[in-house]
Amino acid sequence: MTQPILKMTDVQKSFGPKHVLKGVNIDVQRGQSLVILGGSGSGKSVMLKNALGLMTPEQGVIEFDGVDVTRDQGKTREAMRARVGMLFQSGALFDSLTVWENVSFRLIQAERIKRGEAKERAIETLRKVRLGSDVADLYPAELSGGMQKRVGLARAIISKPDLIFFDEPTTGLDPITADAINDLIIEQVKALGAATISITHDMSSARKIADEIAMLYHGEIIWRGPSSQIDASGNDYVDQFVHGRADGPIQPSI
Amino acid sequence: MSSKTKGGFPNPLGWIGAATLGFLAEAGRLSMFAARVKTAAFTPRWYFAEIWRQMVRIGFYSLPVVGLSSIFIGAALALNIYTGGSRYGAEQFVPNIVVLGITRELGATITGLMLAGRVSAGIAAEIGAMRVTEQIDALKTLSANPYRYLYAPRFLAGLITLPLLVVVANIIGVMGGWAVSVFSLGFDSTTYLRNTLDFVTQEDISVGLIKAVVFGGVIALMGCYHGDKSQAGATGVGRAATLSMVGAAVLVLAFNYILSTLFVRIGL
Repeated sequence: MTQPILKMTDVQKSFGPKHVLKGVNIDVQRGQSLVILGGSGSGKSVMLKNALGLMTPEQGVIEFDGVDVTRDQGKTREAMRARVGMLFQSGALFDSLTVWENVSFRLIQAERIKRGEAKERAIETLRKVRLGSDVADLYPAELSGGMQKRVGLARAIISKPDLIFFDEPTTGLDPITADAINDLIIEQVKALGAATISITHDMSSARKIADEIAMLYHGEIIWRGPSSQIDASGNDYVDQFVHGRADGPIQPSI
Repeated sequence: MSSKTKGGFPNPLGWIGAATLGFLAEAGRLSMFAARVKTAAFTPRWYFAEIWRQMVRIGFYSLPVVGLSSIFIGAALALNIYTGGSRYGAEQFVPNIVVLGITRELGATITGLMLAGRVSAGIAAEIGAMRVTEQIDALKTLSANPYRYLYAPRFLAGLITLPLLVVVANIIGVMGGWAVSVFSLGFDSTTYLRNTLDFVTQEDISVGLIKAVVFGGVIALMGCYHGDKSQAGATGVGRAATLSMVGAAVLVLAFNYILSTLFVRIGL
């Protein structure tokens, strides 16, 4: 097995007395699409924020392409972020910037590419996510939820990253738009050859975009396997989650 | 520390202790934040387009509120000085005291208080909304440091634009006093203006401008600080805006007193 692009070993994170991550062990290989399932409050977003360096774990090691980035906020972390894309659940588009400025933000601010060239690349990337050049000069507030997700996807892929994180990519979208977003994710990720880590509780999305699926429960990975085996996992927790049953070992968070 | 006894009655010592610890912790957090913003503001890299955009938002768009406040303050000041001075036959000192009060004190203080409401709360609401919609996390993932991209431009814009606004406030405030004196109190226009210009010194103007630089930094910092630690939801963002406005207004008045004391001691 080759060196994973991202590897998390025994990652633990607490907020006061609440232990959100109790020792997460997971890795993803280059070009692999890993989906992490988990209910509300299972620690999915916290795990993702630790991987991105937006939070620092109390214990454990996070390696990106073989380099320890666990506590680094300097050049090593910046080098990692230059090779990583992120699609936020809410889109997290900058309200004060136009669509093309959002998409090309990294090119202008981090890579110091001239605005004219950056705009051309932004429009080209918008086309890849089925958005015309007419939206380039609009502001995010003027777009629908589905269009905002596509702009967020364009922003995540414009610098051709090696690893892309997707945080609930289809949440809040109608089934048809959600499926279109799934198709775009598959198409663009295959074109880039990037590895992806997606966190979701949308089973249809998980089945469609995943090579492998892992289940996070109470801050630990309790199952991992190929996407095709999700219905025969032999794990009661996974089985209950996949079939969306209220009865079972997982207590509904209400 | 519990501020209640076992019987549920308030424990005054516990309450005082908890409040003191809370205050010190908040002061420590604010100081750390201010130090990081200052470091980002005075070391490269600078986002000049952002600094310019914030200067327009803080400076240019505050002109109407600063102008209107100043003209009414200057006019009211002239009326009150005239009323008080007439008890001692000292009405002729109206232009002198108006220009002294405006340049050393009221021009900067009124501008600071107006901007604590308009600018500090606005910055806190904007950054708070960015915080709760993950835009600040997005900035980090896109290799932009929020201290350099968001906070330093607002801080620098505050430092630069407040003195410019205070110059405008001084001129309009003095003209407010002139208008009331000439059109209502029977002063001669030329004599009023000559007395004003003869009396005011470069030091008087400098005092107001130095205060303005400090107020500009305080106003921007309070907005950024409360926005950055905004809690989720509309309530959290609203609370951040309120706290920043109140905090900035109190600090403007506190620094005004501290700087006035300092200037008096050094003879400025």
